[in-house]
Amino acid sequence: MTDASLHTGPAAGELEREAEQADNRSRWMLSTPAIVIICLAAAGPLMVMVLYSFLTPGDYGNVKWEFSTQAWVNTILQRDIFDDTLMWADAHLSIFWRSLSLSLITTVLTFVFGLPTAWFIATQPPGKKEFWLFLVTVPFWSNLLVRTIAIQELIRAEGVINNTLKFLRIIDEPIQMMFTDFAIAFGMTYVYLPLMVLPIYAAVDKLDFRLVEAAHDLYATRWRTFWRVILPLVKPGIIAGSILVFIPSLGAYVTPRVLGGGKNLMFGNLIELQFGQGRNWPLGAALSLMLMAAVMVALIWYVRVTSRERADV
Amino acid sequence: MSEPAVQPRRGYSVRTLPGFAVMAVFCFIALYAPIIILVVFSFNAGTSLAIWEGFSLRWYAQAAANEAVQEAAVRSLILASIAATVATVAATMAALATTRTRRFPGRTMIYALINQPLMVPEIVTAVALLIVFAWIKVATGHTSLIYLITAHTAFCIPFAYLPIRARLETMDYTLETAARDLYASPWNVFSRVTLPLMWPGIIAGYMLAFVISLDDVVITEFVKSAGQETLPTFMLGQLRRVVTPEINAISTVILAAGAILVSLFFWLSRGRK
Repeated sequence: MTDASLHTGPAAGELEREAEQADNRSRWMLSTPAIVIICLAAAGPLMVMVLYSFLTPGDYGNVKWEFSTQAWVNTILQRDIFDDTLMWADAHLSIFWRSLSLSLITTVLTFVFGLPTAWFIATQPPGKKEFWLFLVTVPFWSNLLVRTIAIQELIRAEGVINNTLKFLRIIDEPIQMMFTDFAIAFGMTYVYLPLMVLPIYAAVDKLDFRLVEAAHDLYATRWRTFWRVILPLVKPGIIAGSILVFIPSLGAYVTPRVLGGGKNLMFGNLIELQFGQGRNWPLGAALSLMLMAAVMVALIWYVRVTSRERADV
Repeated sequence: MSEPAVQPRRGYSVRTLPGFAVMAVFCFIALYAPIIILVVFSFNAGTSLAIWEGFSLRWYAQAAANEAVQEAAVRSLILASIAATVATVAATMAALATTRTRRFPGRTMIYALINQPLMVPEIVTAVALLIVFAWIKVATGHTSLIYLITAHTAFCIPFAYLPIRARLETMDYTLETAARDLYASPWNVFSRVTLPLMWPGIIAGYMLAFVISLDDVVITEFVKSAGQETLPTFMLGQLRRVVTPEINAISTVILAAGAILVSLFFWLSRGRK
């Protein structure tokens, strides 16, 4: 510090620092509109929600301004109406379990279908690759609600699948697919499949096929090559794809609402219920924060795994 | 062969795995079949969504004549235009501030804030907005589109920001230096060199923001006041009733609009490389 000022003179150092500060200021000013809007309508309201989760529910929705931790207790426990003992809130726990298990099933299914698709695209000759990639991307960018409606019309009792099966005389009565957990898993696998394909594609595209050839040359069977050479090399893409599918599945609202109906609720629908018929905004706020925490845990796990992977290489 | 083979041998290739191609083709069919069926039955002459009774445009005519659909469509378009415009302007400014620079204090924070809407599940943002806006609505008695516009602008910003930032990062910095060396004023450098160069990124960001706003259903559903249906929330509401191919007709129009915008987006961002 003192050395520098001796060499360049105090004025020069001062000028440089001032220029730097002016630059910082203008960069902050340029960012201000974006930051203000996001604080106003995204980040800020999340803070208010923390406050609301510690208030008392109002009689007709909204809140009374009285401090209470009841909402947080009620996320997993409930009080018996007769003898006032605390017990597990089975309804909530079963919804958490459905959210978690359906999200995991969706992740596995998208992987099972996504890996071959990504592999197929990545091993196409250069000119055709872009075309196939485009084909995967288009459904991803098309309206999620519309794609969910497409699935609904497919699996309805009078839908295309049931009608075809009836026409072929395989079944007499339509199979009940709508408003089941199957419908939700099926729908989510359909809408989130591109999210699994794209990162795995990126990983396969970078794969050094000389390593695969080397494994073959050393008399590894196809299966062994796949298991010991290909999978470990493609793993970063698989992990990225899994997290990209798992996180929106856990927070899914539209797909379970349309395909699951009123009985097969997922986390997102349970939250909505508290702001609608449930009239328990603090509980809804607490549940929302729990969902957010669950997503954060998944993200932190992802960051840790990927940084470890990088350290290994 | 001692040298690494550049071209895989014919017949036996390490690049093919048994069954993968079949699975992939199945996936492509599965990705498109439901959408194609939906589109096909929007042209059905009958009321069924699964039995073909001949070609007709009656459901398109019915949707176009439906006042609720008209209103919702206009509202969706107004909302998307305003939100995408404001978001793109804000995102362009933020992108200019956060790219092509050394680390400056707070850069990571700005970056995290801008991407924050992407990290939180939509339903969580939606109910948080419901809480805050209900409060404001009660306090002021004001119920206009402003709430939806603000909410849409916020979640559109990261989508507009990413392509603009990508464009800026690959731009040739020497052109601006050259302009400055030739005594162009800062404003001239920006308006005559920087802005024209980043224009494709800005348009791409705008398209993306527009599509994202047009498609949004969760946040809109929770923020809208009574009688402020957009096309997606209108459709979500209709699903509870008897579904006719009218829904398919509206869906097809939304799909077509989205496909055009996204194709334009890809076409514009291809020039980047």
